[in-house]
Amino acid sequence: MTKHLWKIFGGLKLPGFKSMSMSQATETAPISKILTLPLKQHIGHAAEPIVKVGDTVLKGQMIAAAKDYVSTPIHAPTSGRIIAIEERLVPHPSGIAADCIILEADGKDKWIECSENSNYRQLDASELRNIIRDAGIVGLGGAGFPSFIKLNPGPNNTIETLILNGAECEPFITCDAMLMQEQSRKIIDGLNIMRHALQVNRCIIAVEDNKRAAHTMLVNALQEHEAEYIDVIQIPTLYPAGGEKQLIKTLTGKEVPSNGLPINIGVVCHNVATAAAVATAVLEGKPLISRYVTVTGEGVEHPRNLDVLIGTPFSELVELCGRNSKAEQFIMGGPMMGFEVTSDHIPVVKTSNCILVQRKNSEPDFVMPCIRCGQCADVCPAQLLPQQLYWYARAKNFDKTQDYNLFDCIECGCCTYVCPSHIPLVQYFRFAKTEIWTQEQEKKSSDIARQRHEFRQFRMERKKAENEERKKQKRELLKKVSGEKDNGEDAKKAAIEAAMARVKAKRKTQSITPANTDNLTEKQKEKIAEVESARKKAKEES
Amino acid sequence: MSNIHSSPYIRNSDSVSRMMLAVIYALIPGTLVYIHFFGWGVMINIVVAVITALICEITILKIRHRPIKPFIYDGTAVLTAILLALALPTLTPWWLAALGAAFAITVAKHLYGGMGYNPFNPAMVGYAMLLIAFPKEMTAWIPAESHGLTFFNTLNYSLFETLPAGISYDALTSATPLDSIKTQLSLGYTLDEIHQSKAALFGNIAGYGWEWINIMFLIGGLILIAIKVISWHIPVAMLVALAFMAMIFNFSDAGSYAPVSFHLFGGATMLGAFFIATDPVTAAASNKGRLIYGAGIGIFIYIIRTWGGYPDAIAFSVLLMNMAVPMIDYYYRSPVFGSTGKS
Repeated sequence: MTKHLWKIFGGLKLPGFKSMSMSQATETAPISKILTLPLKQHIGHAAEPIVKVGDTVLKGQMIAAAKDYVSTPIHAPTSGRIIAIEERLVPHPSGIAADCIILEADGKDKWIECSENSNYRQLDASELRNIIRDAGIVGLGGAGFPSFIKLNPGPNNTIETLILNGAECEPFITCDAMLMQEQSRKIIDGLNIMRHALQVNRCIIAVEDNKRAAHTMLVNALQEHEAEYIDVIQIPTLYPAGGEKQLIKTLTGKEVPSNGLPINIGVVCHNVATAAAVATAVLEGKPLISRYVTVTGEGVEHPRNLDVLIGTPFSELVELCGRNSKAEQFIMGGPMMGFEVTSDHIPVVKTSNCILVQRKNSEPDFVMPCIRCGQCADVCPAQLLPQQLYWYARAKNFDKTQDYNLFDCIECGCCTYVCPSHIPLVQYFRFAKTEIWTQEQEKKSSDIARQRHEFRQFRMERKKAENEERKKQKRELLKKVSGEKDNGEDAKKAAIEAAMARVKAKRKTQSITPANTDNLTEKQKEKIAEVESARKKAKEES
Repeated sequence: MSNIHSSPYIRNSDSVSRMMLAVIYALIPGTLVYIHFFGWGVMINIVVAVITALICEITILKIRHRPIKPFIYDGTAVLTAILLALALPTLTPWWLAALGAAFAITVAKHLYGGMGYNPFNPAMVGYAMLLIAFPKEMTAWIPAESHGLTFFNTLNYSLFETLPAGISYDALTSATPLDSIKTQLSLGYTLDEIHQSKAALFGNIAGYGWEWINIMFLIGGLILIAIKVISWHIPVAMLVALAFMAMIFNFSDAGSYAPVSFHLFGGATMLGAFFIATDPVTAAASNKGRLIYGAGIGIFIYIIRTWGGYPDAIAFSVLLMNMAVPMIDYYYRSPVFGSTGKS
């Protein structure tokens, strides 16, 4: 590949531990008896269940619908019966429980009817986006942002480059590498669909240069005409080269603006697994109900990749790979950016790329004071000064942390990795970010409360002023009536007189209220007389 | 918050004690050559200073209720003591090194909050205190390789301030090359005349013995850069600035201003550039800041050496730039990713 690449700042050369989980082909994991499907497996609002407890569902049937724009539906990964909709532990850094649909598999694995679209080129962009949205596709690289949104550039942006991210720069994780080796054609199909939806010409598939096989398979899978617009590029193996902003810099030389999005510089970036899911959704009409998951680490005897139904508990996968006595800690994602899950009964969700099983380091390192060596700044790919950020985050001086661009931190963990004082820097930055968000939220709600209060006061004053005005007008009117006398007593007298006059007038009108029997025609009178006599007669007879 | 353990779950094997140990190892070649030229006094100073520093460190950690083991094993107290000892004259009473080390650890380090919090380089604070309080002891140097003192003679002087019969302290000591250039120039001699009258003192480049010590510290420093314990910015900026100043003045009047080589390889230049100015705690943090910090030290060294009241100037230059570090850190930050984004 002769393409010019740009260098990113900082980063780390990390031990890969990748070959351990790549020695055998991906295997389809058996269907779990009970599947737990969290309603929120993506960034945005949780999906809303459209099934009830007791319903039977088919494989691929939508069981929860997208709530609003930034949301995606959930589908049944296999056929079976809904046995509960309740809170269960979900994969989350804070170990929280959230609403889940619990599906009991019937073992038949019977598909719902799927509508294929082999002629996707005849569909327009919005139709494609709807298919992708209805298939529940989110970014499978880890973030889980609804993919159809990233396929909608909006009227003000022109996209020059579509990048498929197959860098997979974190140690241990190999699910994308295996997918690129085993499903390279599907990934390219997905890329073509995304390219059609975005109306973009140039496409790049980026692969780290430690994944030779994946690169070769992708290049071989390209058809001749596709090779004209798709570049499969090897990028240097460097953590975090697969970070979206870092990858775009490496490939295009452009920097995504601070607080900006790739779309601002004409780039859209999707994960390779997302592209494969898009191909399945559009060409086969099948929603996202399974994914490749790497199960690896010293805690399993046979580390490997599994094709797993969403909702399968971690524990079953770890058993399948030969759980051993070193299995003490379960990390979802890689060792650099993943998070420890509190229980191994937590289900695989759409963003679960890796389950890292390892021994737990029970003795935390003694944290020394910062010696300002600056190694953190040398490796920070966002070009921040982590030691200054740490100083201010620790002092809870959050304004200063923002002064030092806290929110440009991508939490890659490079600074913590190199810190000779063993300071958990990223942990401090996450803490500072959540504190700032909370403060902003509180400020926002107190702002709203203040605005309400102010508006209420304004309303009360306005009412008072209007009353005053009305009274004033009345008084002026009375003054005119009472012959322009300014004397207050006269005004009072006049008011009383006026009131009495009104009462009199009212009584008068009441006393001369016409009865219904006035002005009757002769015919009516006759009729009444008849009725009266008939009544009289009836009375006498009774 | 400390009970939440979050990613990353791996880290490299680096630690503060490893870094400090690397620095101490890198000092060995220069120190050995130093002992070779100036005798056992160097070693005695190091031992006295290290023992004193450790005693002070442990005592104060106890008083401050801090864990002792990690802060002793980090090696910073030992390094401070060694750097101070290397800056002292080589034939001194023991209490000079002890007092300097005690002051460095107690006042310059712990009174400011201990490791990582001290704004001033502790070794240089100790040195500056001694220089001001004991100017006579601090400026009397024995010339390289001409003292004829054995280890026991030196130890005897260190402990009891007595010399073998027939040798007087005043006859033994003389000014360093840096010092004599300053005094002789002020008496109106030209550089050539000074060199001729004191050929034995001046050696080939920058003072007999001193040039070799500087070369060995340079080698040690380059190793530290190669293994990434220090970055190149501070030493390079400091040496370039010093060389630039020397070049300008030497070019304008070669008779009254010492040449570049004399400044680079004389006195404690290389020790200062690679081992003292690079103390991370008291230096600027960003690379741009480090360049400014280093250059500032280089310029101050030249100014103080040439026009100041003290013969060498590493300590005061470093301390002066230590003061400027918070401001440098604030104003010289590299732009963050995306701030120069081309759209």
